[in-house]
Amino acid sequence: MKPARFDYHCPASVDEAIAVLARYGGEARVLAGGQSLVPMMNFRIATPAALVDINRIPSLAHITVEGDTVRVGAMTRQRVIESSPVIKEKLPLLAEAIKLVGHLPTRSRGTVGGSIAHADPAAEIPMVLLALDGEVVAKGPKGERRIAARDLFQDALTTSLAADEVLTEVRFPAMPANAGCAIEEFSRRHGDFALAAIAAVIVRDGDKCKSARLAMAGVEPAPQRLGAAEAILQEKGLGEEAIAAAAAKAAEGVEPLSDHHASADYRRHLSRVLLERAVKRAARARF
Amino acid sequence: MSEVEIRLTVNGKPYAGRCEPRKLLVDFLREDLGLTGTHIGCEHGICGACTILVGGEAARSCLMFAVQAEGADLVTVEGLAKEDGELNPLQQAFHQHHALQCGFCTPGMLIAATDFLRSNPRPSRDEIREGLSAVLCRCTGYRNIVDAVEAAAAAAPAAKT
Amino acid sequence: MSGAAASWVGRSLLRREDERLLKGQGAFVADFVLPGMLHAAFLRSPVAHARIRAVDLARAKAAPGVAFVMSGVELARRVPPVPDSQLVLPRKWTTQVQHSFRNPRQPLLAHDKLRHVGEAVAVVVADSRYAAEDAAELIRLDLEPLAPVVDPEAALRPGAPILHEQFDTNLIGSFRIEKGAVEEALAAAPKRLQRRFYTHRYSAVPMECRGVAASFDPRTQTMTIWSATQVVHWLRREAAGILGLPESRVRALALDVGGGFGGKGHVYPEDLLIAFLAREIGRPVRWLEDRHEHLLAATHSRDQLHDVAVGFDGEGRILGFRDDFILDCGAWNPIGAGIAYNTAVHLPGPYKIPNFAASARIATTNKAPNSAYRGAGRPEAAFAMERAIDLIARECALEPAEVRRRNMVATAEMPYSVGLAYRDGEPIVYDSGDYPAALEQALAAVGGLAGFRDRQRRARGEGRSLGLGIAAYVEGTGVGPFEGATVRIDPSGKIYLASGAAPQGQGMETIFAQILADEWSVVPDDVVLSLADTAAIADGLGTIASRTTVCLSAALHHASRRLKDKVFQIAAHLLECAPADLELREGGVGIAGVPGGELSLKRLAAAAKPGWDNGRPPGVEAGLEETCYWEPPTVTWSYAVHVAVVEVDRGLGHVRLEDYAIAHDCGTVVNPLLVEGQVRGGVAQGIGGALLEEFAYDGEGQLLTGSLADYLLPTATDVPDIAIVHLHSPSPLNPLGVKGVGEGGAVAPPAAIANAVCDALGVEINETPVKPETLAALPRAN
Repeated sequence: MKPARFDYHCPASVDEAIAVLARYGGEARVLAGGQSLVPMMNFRIATPAALVDINRIPSLAHITVEGDTVRVGAMTRQRVIESSPVIKEKLPLLAEAIKLVGHLPTRSRGTVGGSIAHADPAAEIPMVLLALDGEVVAKGPKGERRIAARDLFQDALTTSLAADEVLTEVRFPAMPANAGCAIEEFSRRHGDFALAAIAAVIVRDGDKCKSARLAMAGVEPAPQRLGAAEAILQEKGLGEEAIAAAAAKAAEGVEPLSDHHASADYRRHLSRVLLERAVKRAARARF
Repeated sequence: MSEVEIRLTVNGKPYAGRCEPRKLLVDFLREDLGLTGTHIGCEHGICGACTILVGGEAARSCLMFAVQAEGADLVTVEGLAKEDGELNPLQQAFHQHHALQCGFCTPGMLIAATDFLRSNPRPSRDEIREGLSAVLCRCTGYRNIVDAVEAAAAAAPAAKT
Repeated sequence: MSGAAASWVGRSLLRREDERLLKGQGAFVADFVLPGMLHAAFLRSPVAHARIRAVDLARAKAAPGVAFVMSGVELARRVPPVPDSQLVLPRKWTTQVQHSFRNPRQPLLAHDKLRHVGEAVAVVVADSRYAAEDAAELIRLDLEPLAPVVDPEAALRPGAPILHEQFDTNLIGSFRIEKGAVEEALAAAPKRLQRRFYTHRYSAVPMECRGVAASFDPRTQTMTIWSATQVVHWLRREAAGILGLPESRVRALALDVGGGFGGKGHVYPEDLLIAFLAREIGRPVRWLEDRHEHLLAATHSRDQLHDVAVGFDGEGRILGFRDDFILDCGAWNPIGAGIAYNTAVHLPGPYKIPNFAASARIATTNKAPNSAYRGAGRPEAAFAMERAIDLIARECALEPAEVRRRNMVATAEMPYSVGLAYRDGEPIVYDSGDYPAALEQALAAVGGLAGFRDRQRRARGEGRSLGLGIAAYVEGTGVGPFEGATVRIDPSGKIYLASGAAPQGQGMETIFAQILADEWSVVPDDVVLSLADTAAIADGLGTIASRTTVCLSAALHHASRRLKDKVFQIAAHLLECAPADLELREGGVGIAGVPGGELSLKRLAAAAKPGWDNGRPPGVEAGLEETCYWEPPTVTWSYAVHVAVVEVDRGLGHVRLEDYAIAHDCGTVVNPLLVEGQVRGGVAQGIGGALLEEFAYDGEGQLLTGSLADYLLPTATDVPDIAIVHLHSPSPLNPLGVKGVGEGGAVAPPAAIANAVCDALGVEINETPVKPETLAALPRAN
């Protein structure tokens, strides 16, 4: 289990990184935290001709607040998120999610941007980005562009980023101060990828649901927003029956993955159970 | 691609070496620097046997290339005991609580626990379990490791106050 | 035992092994460098079943850094397959057990056919593992695909694809044992049930994968093999055979070994091949198995399908029990009938079963070979029996604990003759123990059954599902045929012990120092050991089958006894008294009842030396060394009762272990701290098997769990704190009264946990692993 040969480049700037990527015409890979890419290389499932290591580009690691947006540099380590008071205050959903991402030693290296660009079906950070209607900034030979989360995740391990683009920043809209949030997920062991995960952000108005944002990971090849379930809650409120109806609606609509760890039926079942639990906890969270 | 030169600090000592860019950091430590205390258990980031401190934070050395450690400050299990060879308090706690059997996961377990205790100096037992779930042990059933980490936390000066 | 001094045996002495391991100074097979050493990598089969047409090595041979490449086709012309001498059962067994075996011998590399995904077909030796893997990728296989057979029942049906064509069948072993008249008993029983129980495929998966290094010295024609193995003498024997060398010219040794649990308990083709390559190439060669290889090709275990019929009365008393089971041994069968036979004879467990029969069929399939793993056939037996007991309880509307009480062998009935033969051919007699007491104490350790039932009722009212499950077992430990000990008084006066026993974390350096300290009235620090090195003792068996503490403590006792006679003769000569007047004390020999004036062991070692001016009396030969190969009369019987308390999250199907308690008996306990470590470690593995770990194959014979992200080992959050109660029934069969303890912890958890989940949900689960998906989908009674 040793990686195949590759050329190694360690650019000092994003522009330099883009130039190297362009030179390899799609055969190079960006190396961020490496917690997903390197295992694939050790198994020789991934055999890139070159690695463009963006760990030494200083401009890529930051957490800044700009108005209602929290801007997180792509190379911000997951561990930094975990201990950031800004994230705790503005993005409690991300703060909760990050503890579910691998283990402390993998969060030391793993990055926010790397997790998003890798787009594992079960990854929590993409689910959070989607739940919060966030976006990413990508830079390529033709310049910079912003990609909304809903346009980013296309399939398992597939995003709309081009091979010569570098994801530079992740932008999360700050959560409303009166929002409650919760992530409910189920994995076979602590720290493993979830068989199903639900993120819920609920703004209550008494028994009514002013706004509900629900996202799901681990069930389909790409994370999904659960619009139909959101609509039911917003229409019918946060009573037991409404939540059950929303969960049933969500489960009905999913097209789940099936693998050794969980069949499609089980994932569908989990999406319903977890959605109910996530909504109930989110609805309780700040009231 | 030709070899690259790497200079780094391990356990407070400067080292230099040359290797292919693809060489995993754990292989570089073990083969090029002769620091065989760090073990290889899976090479895909799950078992944690190869956990070392990179810039003070625990990380899997099988998921880094040696070239990425250029200029880095690393600590491996060989760097835990005191200068005179006396076991540090965590190592002593592992000994006192019979927290190791075959000893293969122990280097990674010690390093992960070191980092964990630094980020959470007064953990509950459940938090210890969660923190240690980053490293697999096949021998002990974990209880004695949890006991050892709990004891080390209780004995640390910060926890006494 | 010897001295009247305070005993070291029984104390929780901290380990002598720890310091080096805590400092990263252990010496595992991956840790040393031999001058000029090369590194091997294998090309392994990508398919489950195919005929090999050709293997093209040309591109691999031309790759950078490559020293040597060889395929199985070439190798088969040079060396024979792995010998099957290890499969031999004693005549006492073969003449009384009805059986039929035909065992395929595994070549060191596949040459005619590929029989499972991961089977090695070619080897590359290069100046680094990286280069070796690069070259292995360049080897081209020309294969004729064959239909795979993955299911053992399908493998035994007529028309199934045949793995080993010389046999014309996939049935490579079968036997039957019986006592009483089981068919009549079943027919006459007031109540009967029939069930199928399945224990799935999981295995040892030690944190250190396998590894072997070999170096050949052409001057002395000596081969040295360092292997992460549990059986150094066995390895030496097979290597000598393969290499055509006298055993005295082969040295096999294990350094620090990162866990074995049975998975390193037999000789693998790679062990022998690396030795062959070192001589062939003329440079040292090392192969370090990586985790992917380990999961694909190191032996798997369990994988047994049991069809059980049991007859009982309305009081829950078992009248007859019949089990016809199939063991799926995968493509090869490295240790023969041992596991299946273990299963058969451990089925009765601690219960009195007047009429009993078991039949086994061993089927080959296109999966990794099946061999021993902690428990070695016993967890499968416990699962079948202990699930059956719970089902009987349900039929009779009795507490499962009560059914166990009614069927258990009582203390007054000890020693209890089971009426079957063990695999050493001796009649099975449970030598000592108090099974009912173990049951009560294990239940008490979780707060008692009545208390639990209250709690369970209250929880149910809150919509929570708690369950309690019990599983009991007995375990034959310390099996022969022998273990050897050489005990020597070192010139320094220290006690030296050499043995072929091979530790992988058990703490042998500590416990044998304790035992020898008592034998010789010295302190443990005055004991020096040489284990797992064939150069240190002429013969040995190795550390498998919960046997080392039993067999080696007895061997060193008898060697010590003989050596003490000699020590006393020399001391008597020097002190001018009779040997009978002497005693060992404080690291020397003195006259009993006369304080002071001791002769140190160092002084006596000097007196015993060959040469001029020695201190020996006439007629006493030089040297202070004795060797004993102890051959146990038969096994001694450890036992335990496990109680698991679970809470099942009904929505997710997740099982959380809330509590776990064990009452166990391994006779005399040499070191309680280490025994508890062994038991807890075993339970953790049993929990893994019950809930998480699984070698799953698809219909094409592809392994679906070939990484540690998919083969789920339990983590610190999956294993609860485990309460342990010790019972002490010393074995009458060995001087120390010890029984084996290494495997037991892993035997009962699958049954205890399955029983607990059934209790929680009111469902019936008769196979492992107990997966959340299964539970979420089951209709529930509670």
